[in-house]
Amino acid sequence: MPDPLRALLLQDYNTRVVLLGTVLLGICSGIVGTLMLMRKRALVGDVASHAALPGVGLAFLFLERWQPGGGRWFPGLLCGAACTAALGLVCAQGMRRIRRIHEDAALAITLSLFFGAGVVLFTMIQGLPTGQSAGLSEFVFGKAAALVARDVWLIAGASMCVLLVCLALRKEFTLLCFDSEFAAASGWPVGWLDLLLTGLVICVTVLGMQSVGLLLVVALLVLPAASAQFWTHRLEPMQLVAAGFGGASAGLGVLLSAAVPKLAAGAVIVLMAALGFGLSLLWGRRRGLVWQWLEAAKLRRRIGLDDLLRACFELLEPKLSSAATVESLSDMPLSHADLTQARTWSAARLTSLLHQALRGAYLRYDADGCYRLTGAGRREAIRAVRRHRLWELYLIHHAHAAPATVDQSADAVEHLLQPDDMEQLETLWQQTHPQLPVPVSPHVAAPN
Amino acid sequence: MLMDWSMLDTWIVITAALAAMGCALPGTFLLLRRQSLMGDALSHSVLPGIVLAYLAVDQLQHAGWWSTSTALAWRHPMLFVGAAATAILSGALSELLARAGRLDANAALGVVYTAMFAAGLLLIRLAADAAHIDPGCVLYGNLETIVTDTVGQTQIPRAVIVNGVILLLNSGALLLSYKELQLCTFDPALATALGIPARLVQQLLLAATGATVVAAFESVGSILVIAMLVVPPACGVLLSDRLSGVLGFSLLIASLSAVFGHVGALVMPDVVRWTLAWPELGDISTAGMMSVAGGAAFLGCWLLAPRHGLVRQWRDHQRLQRRILSEDILGALYRIEELVPNAAGELRAKADLAAALSVSPGRLEVCLQRLKQRGELEISGATARLTPTGRQAAQNLVRSHRLWESYLAHHFHLELPRLHASAEQVEHFLDPQLREELAEELQQPGRDPHGSSIPPSGST
Repeated sequence: MPDPLRALLLQDYNTRVVLLGTVLLGICSGIVGTLMLMRKRALVGDVASHAALPGVGLAFLFLERWQPGGGRWFPGLLCGAACTAALGLVCAQGMRRIRRIHEDAALAITLSLFFGAGVVLFTMIQGLPTGQSAGLSEFVFGKAAALVARDVWLIAGASMCVLLVCLALRKEFTLLCFDSEFAAASGWPVGWLDLLLTGLVICVTVLGMQSVGLLLVVALLVLPAASAQFWTHRLEPMQLVAAGFGGASAGLGVLLSAAVPKLAAGAVIVLMAALGFGLSLLWGRRRGLVWQWLEAAKLRRRIGLDDLLRACFELLEPKLSSAATVESLSDMPLSHADLTQARTWSAARLTSLLHQALRGAYLRYDADGCYRLTGAGRREAIRAVRRHRLWELYLIHHAHAAPATVDQSADAVEHLLQPDDMEQLETLWQQTHPQLPVPVSPHVAAPN
Repeated sequence: MLMDWSMLDTWIVITAALAAMGCALPGTFLLLRRQSLMGDALSHSVLPGIVLAYLAVDQLQHAGWWSTSTALAWRHPMLFVGAAATAILSGALSELLARAGRLDANAALGVVYTAMFAAGLLLIRLAADAAHIDPGCVLYGNLETIVTDTVGQTQIPRAVIVNGVILLLNSGALLLSYKELQLCTFDPALATALGIPARLVQQLLLAATGATVVAAFESVGSILVIAMLVVPPACGVLLSDRLSGVLGFSLLIASLSAVFGHVGALVMPDVVRWTLAWPELGDISTAGMMSVAGGAAFLGCWLLAPRHGLVRQWRDHQRLQRRILSEDILGALYRIEELVPNAAGELRAKADLAAALSVSPGRLEVCLQRLKQRGELEISGATARLTPTGRQAAQNLVRSHRLWESYLAHHFHLELPRLHASAEQVEHFLDPQLREELAEELQQPGRDPHGSSIPPSGST
């Protein structure tokens, strides 16, 4: 069996193990990342991961000193990383107390300084006989394949712990993320909860370092969470979606990199997560750009149609003698040239609107080269004009707007009036005026 | 070691100092606009641009379109263009995401730069056979080898020229538009109202940051770039309250970090080897050490800055506490005298005072001695009493206290038990003028709401 297929079918024990560990980590990071995103501290993970670098170096040096050749003891390195990551976040927190240094500056300072210190330590380690082969740069750029079963069990166990904590403190974290001031006022230990959340972030960062690389591990915290935002507005479903995205991108990344040896797992995992983000950005049910665009297009079409029918009615209105019924509107011809003059619209826009109206059977095109309103068109036109004029009247009577200024405002508002708004306006109108098919335009009609 | 300082070391320091100063200028404005994380994001997201440009040059050369010499000449401009293009792209993308996707600004930044950095890393892996780009080199820079690449026949390394030009351009742009930049940074709304295109200025600032990052990148690596974009400006804002001062200090700190960083990189390895008795330890990355030196400078500023430093703040706090305690001592003595008729001038046990004010005897003693020096107390053995000067000061304090209580009771209708706590704090901050205004306002009251008499103003 060829190698890529073997990897994809999970024939290797090692691939299976790595897959399990990474997927669990992805799930965890989705859940914790959502909380951090809601708390508006998305980039704290970045600082934690950069601050973990000197910890790895120090732990390696310490272990190597203690037992030459034993520096690459995974749990030890993780502990070191977690310690300096925590130290870094404490520093950032402390710096925020200086009045002159704002949060983002504190984060950036911590990040760059700890990273610099880490690089200093790493270059020193490079000189050691065991340092070259220690593979510490895997921590920087990530190499999931270098994980062995024992490390993975550690990652899986720790991920389970993180999941359990999130599950147990679901309510508290929700409160913290949405209204920390209310939480504090109701007596919740907000400081401790924040600390715990930061601890979870450090856990995820440190655990993800080996597989994704510390430069990119923040992506696991940010990308799935940001993707989930486009699917739902409720926290718990959002966490589930984020967990799904995180787990899926981690799994796909590991599988792809196992199948294609040149693909580095870390980068592929992040790109998969980015792909998930892109898809959510476009197609997400709540705020996806495609849906937004479709909605906007639909609204634009409806507005255009309303405008066209209203223009038709206003063109025919002078010919509508008081004796004639509104039904006679359907017999009156509308020439293309008149319609072009009726509003400031381009010929192309008018043509497309006319097509739309013909398709919807609001207008018909007769043999004499003129358009005529159909029954449905007449009803819609009257509705559009009513809406426009009722709003104009409302503005004039209740907002004391000058009659000359109301046309433009009504043009913008009429399309947004809901049926119950219309009902209220109708009632208002009927209380003061006799029943007419359409209120008379309160200002000089058809400004030419 | 420092003994064998050579021309190489000088060039390294000059390059690093130029790059650091170049970064510090736009960094100051990013810091003041609270966009410091932008530098970090930009320096990550230029990676795919650099790799693509590198690969493009390689391909052109392989395809025979460019001769080796042309490729060599065009490589650096191409890298610059590629990186600048991705920098602008990432800035625009994250802004678009923040707006269209309604994401938190930091999250949008995180999304864009991690994705782009991952793409860059992947490109490097995929193209590893075709090109020799080491991702480590992008991170750590190659300051140690800059002298191998000189300009023409001279000894001047190309990196010095590149970073020097960027520094000159940045300072030139700064001098030309100093007033506009200042206004846009501190009050964008006012700037817009005055007709300065604040948004355009912001975009230009980002573009300048991108160009600086890219230029500094190749020679000094991203670690130094992200450190120098934020650390010197942060020192600057701690040391000075004026924009020109902030800029000056941040340039100074940037160049000092370069010098001391390199010295540290030369000296530290031997020190560490000797201290730990571990001769195998390797040398230290110069760029890394420079950012550590910047960190030391920041720590120094944080502790010792003349106005905003921790030491100064701690001292001010101590002074205030001492003043309050001293005044409380005087007030307590005055009140004891009041309680016992005809007791003015009697000695009081220090222990009673300590109990009344609930402070440790040690702190009390310090304040008693200070009061004695100022001639407001007489101390004999374990007892103390007010001198006439002290009694006047005490009288003013008690007057402030009781006037404030009357004022609160009269205007805010607070219940009697709640008056004391507020007055206990405010009494230390009422100056004579305010005190008399209060008395005027309350029509020179004789008694406070508790019924105690308000002493007349002690003449000084």
